[in-house]
Amino acid sequence: MSAKSAYKVVTFSGGVHPDYDGKDLTRECAITEAPLLDQYQVIVHQNIGAPPKVIVNTGDEVKKGQVIAEANGFVSVPLHAPTSGEIGKPIEVPGPMGTNVPVVVIDADGKDEWGELMPPIDWKNSDGDTIKDRIRAAGIVGMGGAAFPTHVKLSPPADKKIDYMILNGAECEPYLTADHRLMLEQPEKVLAGAAILAKSIGVENIYIGIELNKQNAIDTLLAKADEYNVKIIGLKVLYPQGAEKQLIYAATGRKVPAGGLPMEAGCVVQNVATAAAVFDAVVEGKPLIERITTITGTPVVKPGNWKLRMGYTVAQALELAGGVKENPGKLILGGPMMGFAQKSLQVPIAKNSSGILLLARNEVVQYESMPCIRCGKCVGACPMNLLPGTLSSQIESESFDLAEQYNVMDCIECGSCAYICPSNRPLVQHFRRAKAEINMKRRAQQKK
Amino acid sequence: MSEEIVNEIKLPNESELILSSSPHLHVKQDIRKIMLTVLIALLPTTVAGIYFFGFDALKVIFYCVAFCVLLEMLWFKMAGKPMSTVKDGSAALTGLLLALNLSSAMPWWVCLIGALLAIWLGKQVFGGLGHNPFNPALVARVGLLIGLPGYMTTWVPTKLMTQTPVTEYSKQFFSPTGLTDLAAGNLDAITCATPLGVLGTTEKILDTTVQATFLDVSSLDACWQYFIGNVGGCIGEVSALALLIGGVILVATKLIKWQVPVAYIGSVAIFTYIISSIWPGVTPMPLFHILTGGLLIGAIFMATDMVTSPMTTTGAVIFGVGCGIITCLIRIWGNYPEGVSFSILFMNALVPLIDRFARTKPFGFKKLIAKGADA
Amino acid sequence: METMWIAVAVLAGMGIILGATIGIAAKIFKVETDPRIELVTELLPGVNCGGCGKAGCADFAKALVAGEEQPGKCPVCSQEAVSSIARALGIEAGETEKKVAVVLCSGDNNKSKVKVLYNGVSDCVSASLIAGGPKGCAYGCLGMASCARACPFQAIEIINGLAVVHPHLCVGCGKCVETCPRDLVKLTPISAKVHVYCNSPEKAPIKKKVCTEPCIGCRKCLKAGEEGQFIMRGFLAEVNYDNAPDTDITEKAACPTGCLKIAKNHLAIEQAEVA
Repeated sequence: MSAKSAYKVVTFSGGVHPDYDGKDLTRECAITEAPLLDQYQVIVHQNIGAPPKVIVNTGDEVKKGQVIAEANGFVSVPLHAPTSGEIGKPIEVPGPMGTNVPVVVIDADGKDEWGELMPPIDWKNSDGDTIKDRIRAAGIVGMGGAAFPTHVKLSPPADKKIDYMILNGAECEPYLTADHRLMLEQPEKVLAGAAILAKSIGVENIYIGIELNKQNAIDTLLAKADEYNVKIIGLKVLYPQGAEKQLIYAATGRKVPAGGLPMEAGCVVQNVATAAAVFDAVVEGKPLIERITTITGTPVVKPGNWKLRMGYTVAQALELAGGVKENPGKLILGGPMMGFAQKSLQVPIAKNSSGILLLARNEVVQYESMPCIRCGKCVGACPMNLLPGTLSSQIESESFDLAEQYNVMDCIECGSCAYICPSNRPLVQHFRRAKAEINMKRRAQQKK
Repeated sequence: MSEEIVNEIKLPNESELILSSSPHLHVKQDIRKIMLTVLIALLPTTVAGIYFFGFDALKVIFYCVAFCVLLEMLWFKMAGKPMSTVKDGSAALTGLLLALNLSSAMPWWVCLIGALLAIWLGKQVFGGLGHNPFNPALVARVGLLIGLPGYMTTWVPTKLMTQTPVTEYSKQFFSPTGLTDLAAGNLDAITCATPLGVLGTTEKILDTTVQATFLDVSSLDACWQYFIGNVGGCIGEVSALALLIGGVILVATKLIKWQVPVAYIGSVAIFTYIISSIWPGVTPMPLFHILTGGLLIGAIFMATDMVTSPMTTTGAVIFGVGCGIITCLIRIWGNYPEGVSFSILFMNALVPLIDRFARTKPFGFKKLIAKGADA
Repeated sequence: METMWIAVAVLAGMGIILGATIGIAAKIFKVETDPRIELVTELLPGVNCGGCGKAGCADFAKALVAGEEQPGKCPVCSQEAVSSIARALGIEAGETEKKVAVVLCSGDNNKSKVKVLYNGVSDCVSASLIAGGPKGCAYGCLGMASCARACPFQAIEIINGLAVVHPHLCVGCGKCVETCPRDLVKLTPISAKVHVYCNSPEKAPIKKKVCTEPCIGCRKCLKAGEEGQFIMRGFLAEVNYDNAPDTDITEKAACPTGCLKIAKNHLAIEQAEVA
């Protein structure tokens, strides 16, 4: 193991070790290109911030990669057609958050013709703004889950100096292997993407943090890391190693101030999948129209990693994986720790859908509101050093002001506390409620 | 959409999907398993108690556990709560802990009163599991100690005791009078003193005889007897060895914060060492204090009760040290020979305060006051 | 005997001295309060519901005396109570109509078609954060009683998974309006007897997929009623409460789904469905 000495192994405090990480289901499954569909339903609003403005009308002919919705403000990105075809009537379909969302329907013509690609950029010799503009034009958002527009993260205020560009390859969520396969199969894209991202903000130190359970990915990237001046960091297998603040702390020893953004610790964190998308956009001129998604879970007939265009619905994606063996008890978009349970199979894939996970009926945890026995396990597990047990009791008695004083707003909803709780309390749901109530109160105060 | 591909592919049935908040995985542990593990950790102590005190000890344990479980069921029935909560095992655990804190000579009705105090007064009136501020078993023990002091300070000799005292001065508690008569069947039962009880009646003066007594009762020979448990006392407190085995199980399974027993025992050791070094006639050496009385069962099983101890590790240390110091104060200068129960109950009452004080600071947190002010 | 007298004397002496001290202190440190505040507080209902926006009735009384508020702001007071307060303060009572809350949804367990299994905190705000809640309709009542718990007058009942207001118990304090995460509780004038029990502005086919009694936006009520009695919000007809229609509109309009209902009937229907 000569490679071992080439990287350091770091971690953060707190966290949990899930008993079964489910990654063996799909770890060996190479990324497969999904077949063309007859119709795509592309969610219009796929980014945090303002929804883009649709600029195509029913009956318009579009080419693959053509802009179908324009960015609307700074914190917004454009949307591109996943294939060539005709625009159908705009409809609303169930979205990942349960509410109905507007979609652009594209009836594919089957030719799958690219429109005019953006010209490649010689990124090594161009300035940061050119790269940032391209990243924005390609519609790139954080593909790890938050869907925050990438160019915004790359545009810190002038007084904030960024020292580190950190790529998140931890993939600490159980079951998901999309990032793992990406690093394994397209290491150059990831490394070059990291270098491009660093170049765009003028940062020298580039780190890629990878959990030690992806040894082959670490080795693959290490072999080529020097070419791109990238350092690989081994992360202990511990959830939530890939949480932004925890990753920054593990990699650099810096602590992001509570309530603050990573840039306040001089760091920018991007997902490895985002880096690969940046490479496509800058070097090949291709916008973000597809992503790698892990379709997995014990009820799935053929779990695997698929390259899905935006606009595939969950039902269509599950058909690719051969459907289910038994009726599952839960459908989750994302990973099992932070993903969102779904009630409809008609939800389309979005830019941040890292996984489609099915849990068998007997694997589904039923939350019960048993009383807190104050065992303190949640305190030890909380990566943000909060007191989840105390908070949940406060929230149960609707003392939201008290919960705010006990810093419920710093909760990152990683789920470590609820995972470990022997009383099976729905802690994360409590915190999400408290955050919603406190935000509501704050907005009301601002209005006054 | 799905109608286009007509084949055998089966898709999930939407109406059978369960909606719940993340996380969707859960550790394979619940309250029941925790209680079960604590019961297993208490097994060595229980076995040792039965070994030393015989069938009587088993009877007391049976009474206490049965009464506690029955009273809990009765409460649920009266309160109209689902009976399934009895299955969490907390009542059985309280019962066992109560029994281990009683003498084996306890009649059944004292066990019943103890169970009443523990389950109803100690636990259910506060809202049941998770809401009780005091350790229920200790509430019962202290209640009985105050209400029925005669029963609670009557101890019986162990089955291994002989007429030959281990050391010169330890006759009162290692070889009580009447052992031969008891063996011959002339007496039904005899009583026996405990080391702490004997010391409690000793004049605390700077007298050389007293100092000699102290050296004698904390000699290695005597301590070995305390360690294995061949000494009078409550069923569960006598065998230090068995308690330590239980403690190792609890720490290994991460069910208790090791900081509590370590801080507790450590502070007792340091405190008594300082006192006995300065005034050798006031109290014996630390080893005596650690191995006798209820210190070990208190530190390992009672003070570490999840519900009534602080949630943070800093809090656990404060809690442990507080228990240790109060125990020493009562043992050395108090009217009662033993202070473990009182000290733990007293610190239980302070837990909300400790929790408040030892609150963790959030990751990346700088100004606690500033944040509180704008909240 | 002597001891007893000493004790009595000492206690009596202490009583006199301390009593005098308190009496003097009360005179010296007396805070002048407007006697009208007490008077008005007594005239107010004293339920401290907070519907006026103040911390409680005493707080509201203070604001009334200070002239910051109008007596009609109290949602609980009857018109007589309002005018007697106004008389006490020597101001105009001002005409205010009493309001009652109404939950604008018909989707009880029988009528709402889609209902997935939900496992979590039984509270509407919490549930709406999990994929929008277990009910198919993204605008309908979740039936987890957040409004009923918030109501200081127990005027809201969850019947068959749907929150229903008992109009005779409701005082219109608006607590429920603030609580509902879906904004489907509305304060309406008590004279308005007819409501459209639907809150979803979506297109009819989408609504019909999830509910048997939605407003399908057919505009029959608009045509049957007078000009301006109903307004359209998206594909949803709403009663214009400034110009509310009379109860006979339900017969005239012949709402095809039946979500245009008289408040009294709505309550009766829901109660009958359970029984």
